Amino acid sequence: MDRLTKQDVHPKILQKLLEDTDITIDDALENEMILNMGPQHPATHGVLRLLLRLDGETVIGCVPDVGYLHRGYEKMAENMSYYEFIPHTDRLDYISPLANNVAWVLAVEKLAGIEVPLRAQYIRMMVAELARIASHLVAIGSFAMDVGALTVFLWTLREREKIMDMWDILCGARFTNSFTRIGGVANDAQPEVLSLIKKFVDEIDDNLSECESLLNTNRIFIERLDGVGRISKEDALSYGYTGPNLRASGVEFDLRRAAPYLQYDKIDFKIPVYQEGDALARYFVRTDEVRESAKIVKQCLQLMQPGEIKANLPKSVLPQKVEVYSKMEELIHDFMIVNFGINPPVGEVYHAIEGSKGELGFYIVSKGEGHPWKCKIRSPSFIHIQSLPHLVKGHMVSDVVAIIGSIDPIMGEADK
Amino acid sequence: MELKELIQQKLKEKFPETEFEFSEFRDELSVKLNKKNILAVCMFLKEDSDLEFVLCEDITAVDWASRKNRFTVAYHIFSIKNKFRLVVKADVDENDCNIDSVTSVWKTSNWQERECYDMYGIKFNHHPDMRRIYMPEEFEYYPLRKDFPLMGIPGSLPLPKK
Repeated sequence: MDRLTKQDVHPKILQKLLEDTDITIDDALENEMILNMGPQHPATHGVLRLLLRLDGETVIGCVPDVGYLHRGYEKMAENMSYYEFIPHTDRLDYISPLANNVAWVLAVEKLAGIEVPLRAQYIRMMVAELARIASHLVAIGSFAMDVGALTVFLWTLREREKIMDMWDILCGARFTNSFTRIGGVANDAQPEVLSLIKKFVDEIDDNLSECESLLNTNRIFIERLDGVGRISKEDALSYGYTGPNLRASGVEFDLRRAAPYLQYDKIDFKIPVYQEGDALARYFVRTDEVRESAKIVKQCLQLMQPGEIKANLPKSVLPQKVEVYSKMEELIHDFMIVNFGINPPVGEVYHAIEGSKGELGFYIVSKGEGHPWKCKIRSPSFIHIQSLPHLVKGHMVSDVVAIIGSIDPIMGEADK
Repeated sequence: MELKELIQQKLKEKFPETEFEFSEFRDELSVKLNKKNILAVCMFLKEDSDLEFVLCEDITAVDWASRKNRFTVAYHIFSIKNKFRLVVKADVDENDCNIDSVTSVWKTSNWQERECYDMYGIKFNHHPDMRRIYMPEEFEYYPLRKDFPLMGIPGSLPLPKK
């Protein structure tokens, strides 16, 4: 192998290497140490890298480093049509892909001024809440695994597996669904999937209690989390917290109530709020939210009436594939939409939904062309990771793992 | 009084010598102002007891590519008390590519401004930690600018030699 020459090394790094690097320690008991945690670390939920400054085992400083999964989705969105970006939203928060699909099409529909049929709205609400349940089940399971309770992870993933099976029937994909379309959803919810969903939401309460029975009376679990990673109400708001993490700090803020979209204003559900603001409170908020989401899904199933699943707007809504193959008009519209896009009016909108991690927003600037002029993804995980230095300060190294698990970041979304 | 009118009136009363440009699209109120006033206006919007825009949802920029003021920095702020979202915008010119940081108002703007700097090269004055966030520190370009090609610039990132 060739040896590296001076030309291969970046000048900044070379300069640092040539500087004096001798370290003298005056007092052996009073020295601090830098620990690099991640990006390849099982407890960082992906490729999050933390640089920790330690005094013994106590964390006295932390610098998070993100960007290891940066794929430039905002740049890519500027170069593809509004329809083409739907599959890419799956890859943002890959634990709840359907919620991302819903968020994106809602933003585009707000921009283009498209009204969606009622049945499609209920189907969207249903899948978004199922995505929230799936996401929280993973969050609870992996969080428990981070602090040493492995069985819970297997049990919550068993429940999530049932949701995956429903998605498989509903949209033909288990993981990256791309189920929503601008102006509706890809296909109608079949009776067999509706009965599966009904069975699931009837049972989830008991099944979740089973998982909780392993944790809520477990002294090790409680004592490792009680008072760990505390954040006050004011700090949580200032750090831009949203979603379960904010509600664990005593702020009753939920976009489904504060800025209702779809049909959430017709649904009866509670917003779980805890005052403590520590890792344990964030766990309790998530378990409560799973039950509330199940309640919402039940009401959606009751309120859902047979009807259209796509808006009747041939210029901006893709026709069903069967019609494309059999009718001339539909073929033309399909060709126009696929090749030239839907051309929404000039303007800019921001639309956010209550995603499973927090507020998931899309800011779209349109110049009246087939592709967005700008698309900004407001991802909750990115904002939450920012507050890690504040949360981990003064805690032990082993608590860092628990704190990361409690704020539930997904790097696919944080790095975009 | 309607909240949208209240915001307009309050801003005009508090900052009489500043020009505000209000506009509405799809029921969203946005206000455009001179970048010199951004910090004072944001502080006022957060602290005023009738408005209380405590949550800063998003800070980003738009590159218009061929305009005199090439960039627009957009702040999406939310008032939990009034359940209302406001968009605050300020134009930034390419030759004078900086704007005051609002980290003293909302702590969350720290990383959002870093992301904005990383992607568009807009410097935020008095920011506590103005570094790149996604791209490597020695990267010379700003990827979300319109003159940056989608395929990237060959040689901009160190790759293994042949």
